[in-house]
Amino acid sequence: MLELTDVEVRYGAIRAVRGISLKAEKGELVALLGANGAGKTSTLMCIAGALKAAAGTIRLDGRDVTSATPEAMVRNGVATVTETRDVFPDLTVAENLTLGSYIRRSDRAGVAEDREKMFALFPRLAERYGQPAGTLSGGEQQMLVIARAILSRPRILLLDEPSLGLAPVIVDQIFEMIGVLKRSGLTIVLVEQNAAKALAVADRAYVMRLGRIAASGSAAEIGATTDLGALYLGG
Amino acid sequence: MTFALQFTIDVLSLGGAYALMALGLVIVYGILKLVNFAYGELIMVTGYTLFLMGGSGLPWLVMAAVAVAMAVVTGVLTDYIAFRPVRAKSITAVLITSFAFSTLLQNAALLFISPRPRNVPLPALFSQTVEIAGVITPVRNLVTIAAAVVLLAVFAWAMRRTVLGIAMRAAATNFTMARMLGIPANLIISSAFAISGLLAGVVGILWIGRIGSVVPGIGSEPLLVAFIATVIGGMRSLEGAVLGGFLLALIDTSLNYLLSQELLKFRDAFTFGLVILILLWRPEGLLKGPATGQRT
Repeated sequence: MLELTDVEVRYGAIRAVRGISLKAEKGELVALLGANGAGKTSTLMCIAGALKAAAGTIRLDGRDVTSATPEAMVRNGVATVTETRDVFPDLTVAENLTLGSYIRRSDRAGVAEDREKMFALFPRLAERYGQPAGTLSGGEQQMLVIARAILSRPRILLLDEPSLGLAPVIVDQIFEMIGVLKRSGLTIVLVEQNAAKALAVADRAYVMRLGRIAASGSAAEIGATTDLGALYLGG
Repeated sequence: MTFALQFTIDVLSLGGAYALMALGLVIVYGILKLVNFAYGELIMVTGYTLFLMGGSGLPWLVMAAVAVAMAVVTGVLTDYIAFRPVRAKSITAVLITSFAFSTLLQNAALLFISPRPRNVPLPALFSQTVEIAGVITPVRNLVTIAAAVVLLAVFAWAMRRTVLGIAMRAAATNFTMARMLGIPANLIISSAFAISGLLAGVVGILWIGRIGSVVPGIGSEPLLVAFIATVIGGMRSLEGAVLGGFLLALIDTSLNYLLSQELLKFRDAFTFGLVILILLWRPEGLLKGPATGQRT
């Protein structure tokens, strides 16, 4: 469904991603693991269209989308949850969600229905409906950006470090959520430093090191053969 | 009492015009983080459109509407000509192209019309005065206040209640994230320029209504006023621009009344002195605008 071939991302002279190839099949949850600076976020932002690929191709259902704009990628069915969360802090929770369903704003009934589903899934968001998103806690903001991404009814969800800086109990909730989304048939690419948690929900995993794929395989294989502690240190 | 009323009307009418000017500048700045230096020329275009239609015999309101529409068109053209081709490349390039577009429009007016002031058609209403509770005031001041109230109210409503308005506010805080939700960058930017043109067009008519004629350099003072008002109010906040506009008008009007005849020539020096003091006290402007940093 999603296929990257020899993709490179550069920041000026620095090659953050040095020719990586990876695949995600329909309904699969693929984890992208690695230390800080391995190029995971750059890869994800490149798929989302927010960073230009310097080389290589990105295909979606066989179609070349390498140079698509971020807004075109959303219309192609790719939704992104960024590492920095990026709620719009001065917009209310409701307004943030309204923008999540921007591309299908004419489908009012469908949007309203999905919104109710999101509130059932994340009751905290319903409680804080009219509050500026900047006043939410980190965990609530994470729930908001996931709900916002889902409201575009994506086929592929790109999740960047959903556990970053959150309390363990919230992390558990978020991963439970990811499991629910996966069971609903959504294809997910998950970037995560919490390798153990990621491998527990993933089907397959890629390990990145210094901009390259260092290892790949089923989640069980990667879990068994890779020293998860060393991953954090870039070993 | 009469003085208080006189003073209030003066501040509100000047402040209404200043606030609309500042809002037109900051709506584009908020999204592109670039000052559109061709903004003053939108007011010039409004004036010359009005002048060129002077002999047409159309009802004045129709002429005014066409003049405002021309400002909107020119605003959107500014984006297509000066901003869009170089937007992705460098900030300096856009700064220079916006200056170039401004100079180009001014010179076109010099060349094809005249360097001398041209009278624009204005309804009799603009030169009439009216007495309210013992205060004699020009009707155009009341028209300015009414126009400012209506436009600011419509603007505030649209920014909070329409999807496009919400999307524009979102794009002003985090443009990339807004695009990653499917909001088209070009639509947002064109809308910002169109709104900027609308505000400049309306202000242009009110501004020219005070002067009665149009010259090629007419836009430089409104541009400066708008720029200062946004700097005082806070460049990243729409409310700040409005607040800054009214505050600048309060300073200007107070100085008009306070300064003696000889000192009045130096009014701008006093105004800018006060602006410097405000900025020393609040370097980011009075209203800081939304936080861009996220909690982690």
